[in-house]
Amino acid sequence: MAGKTLYDKLWESHLVKDLDDGTSLIYIDLHFLHEVTSPQAFEGLRLAGRKPWRAGANMATPDHNVPTTLDERSQGVEGIVDPVSKIQVQSLDSNCNEFGIDEFEIDDPRHGIVHVIGPEQGRTLPGMTIVCGDSHTSTHGALGSLAHGIGTSEVEHVLATQCLVQKKAKNMLVRVNGQLNPGVTAKDVVLAIIGKIGTAGGTGYTIEFGGEAIQSLSIEGRMTVCNMAIEAGARAGLVAVDDKTIEYVKGRPFAPNGETWEKAAAAWKGLVSDADADFDAVVDLEATEIVPQVSWGTSPEMVAPVTGVVPDPADAGNETRQNNYQQALKYMGLEAGTPIQAIKLDRVFIGSCTNSRIEDLRAAAAVVKGRKVADSIKEALVVPGSGLVKKQAEEEGLDRIFTEAGLQWREPGCSMCLAMNADQLGEGEHCASTSNRNFEGRQGFGGRTHLVSPAMAAAAAVHGHFVDVRELQLH
Amino acid sequence: MKKFIAEDGLVMPLDRANVDTDYIIPKQFLKSIKRTGFGKNLFDEARYLDKGLPDADCSGRPLNPDFVMNQPRYESASILLARENFGCGSSREHAPWALDDYGFRCIIAPSYADIFFNNCVKNGILLIVLEENIVEELFQETNATVGYRLAVDLADQTITKPDGSQIAFTIEDSRKNILLNGLDDISLTLQNKDDIQAFETQWQERSPWLFTTTGS
Repeated sequence: MAGKTLYDKLWESHLVKDLDDGTSLIYIDLHFLHEVTSPQAFEGLRLAGRKPWRAGANMATPDHNVPTTLDERSQGVEGIVDPVSKIQVQSLDSNCNEFGIDEFEIDDPRHGIVHVIGPEQGRTLPGMTIVCGDSHTSTHGALGSLAHGIGTSEVEHVLATQCLVQKKAKNMLVRVNGQLNPGVTAKDVVLAIIGKIGTAGGTGYTIEFGGEAIQSLSIEGRMTVCNMAIEAGARAGLVAVDDKTIEYVKGRPFAPNGETWEKAAAAWKGLVSDADADFDAVVDLEATEIVPQVSWGTSPEMVAPVTGVVPDPADAGNETRQNNYQQALKYMGLEAGTPIQAIKLDRVFIGSCTNSRIEDLRAAAAVVKGRKVADSIKEALVVPGSGLVKKQAEEEGLDRIFTEAGLQWREPGCSMCLAMNADQLGEGEHCASTSNRNFEGRQGFGGRTHLVSPAMAAAAAVHGHFVDVRELQLH
Repeated sequence: MKKFIAEDGLVMPLDRANVDTDYIIPKQFLKSIKRTGFGKNLFDEARYLDKGLPDADCSGRPLNPDFVMNQPRYESASILLARENFGCGSSREHAPWALDDYGFRCIIAPSYADIFFNNCVKNGILLIVLEENIVEELFQETNATVGYRLAVDLADQTITKPDGSQIAFTIEDSRKNILLNGLDDISLTLQNKDDIQAFETQWQERSPWLFTTTGS
């Protein structure tokens, strides 16, 4: 009999029971909540007279809607100018209060993007099942936990039952063989993977990312990769546990300690796929062939190497795909054959649950240090993923490097990744963004998003157009 | 939960692959803390020429005449014909809420994103998966015939065309059962309360570190 994949092991260890209709009841260890997808779930509990099954299994923070200017943030919830956003954040506060759920409120020093603070606090642990009403919950798979996004009805279901009714996904292994070249980052790896398998390539699968290049990534880099598993259609992405994982977790506020730590760390070592495990699909990429990526269209699969050109729809394959490319080019205001490095930019955004951790900020700062943002750039934002990331960056002097170069240093939150707050693109504006989605209107009505790594975004800020970060001298 | 039994309705074609949930309902409308009222902002950025604001009256907004939904022939459509990977991206359940609120009860496409699929079942919207060539045929027939309707029957798992011919579709038994009976799945899960408690007890004994709820 073939061995088990990591996903098989996580599934089996959380299986409460198989139900008669082919679905299974899966126990959920940890549930993150934020202000946008939870109010209707709490209302559902109230209407049905239900209470959370285990309040302590939940952790909440407002992140999607929060303003990022110091002006608004220095006054806490009361400072939120947008009255609709304010009500949503207040609703989260009052719901958490009513149902006894731990919340890092907007003015808590540990506040931040839910997918940044979970691992940062050691709430996210290897071997857990984790869900959140947010598709980028896949991020937490970087620590060897089974984590995925759910809708609001399922948020209510998890609150009430600590379980989800699920059908097991298929297993996919994406192997990135060999070592990455300097200047090529986790973001480029995941964009290259999505470019290869497509935005629906992982639908119905849990993707395990493996191979030397993935093993060589830091835990933060692995989070960037798993974060975007959903952009390849897979609800969950995973990386096997190794020494780096255990080292990362050790000493974090919610991590076990003492004797329990020893037991936990021993158990976590088994969170790898068996050598003879069977995968339903295997995809191989060669790390040395990956160069910095830039998305040119309106789907994360529409990527090109920074050395390349905007593709011709005629080469896109079938008619649906050709139409898709044409619609994308029209929206983006781009012509086929345009060199990627000729795309002029109006704004730059460094942040989001994909790329707002300390390593991301260090990489961006190394590029802009001693340089200035190009005059043609209207605004360049750096939005740290959490209050603690912000503090760390300030201790390292990164904030001064950014502000001296002409970038704005903001308060933590989701910000311009989805532009629910005031951080938005104007109509027709092109943005070099370290976020995860380049959908139409994602960063603002009529806005045009190009997904890149933090170093590439920083380089674009300095030059006003895309440049190959591998050719820049770093400081 | 809302039931889906059958739908005999006008078909609207949306000829676009990888329709994401941002496209279905843009983020500014996610600030609502209600489940209803999203229909007027369904496909907002494609449907209107101006930028939509939450809580704004949409009756006077300029419509995009090129968008399929604004063509009088598709007014009151309840079946949406779509392309591959419909509903990808964000997990926002506001997407099915908006589709339902507008009046779409059923979607036909070659494939859907996983989270969106689950969210639709929870809201009594039937998603039918058909082979790409059959979907293409339906696109051609819908485009060619004003007032093109389909009759969908979930119990029989059939779609009946205007000429009386039928297309069979498959659906998982669990989803079919939930849709036909409009079951409250939280109540269903809580029927297994003892099993959940038993699991939790042994799980906590084996992995106590997963039950830590206070930080140091």
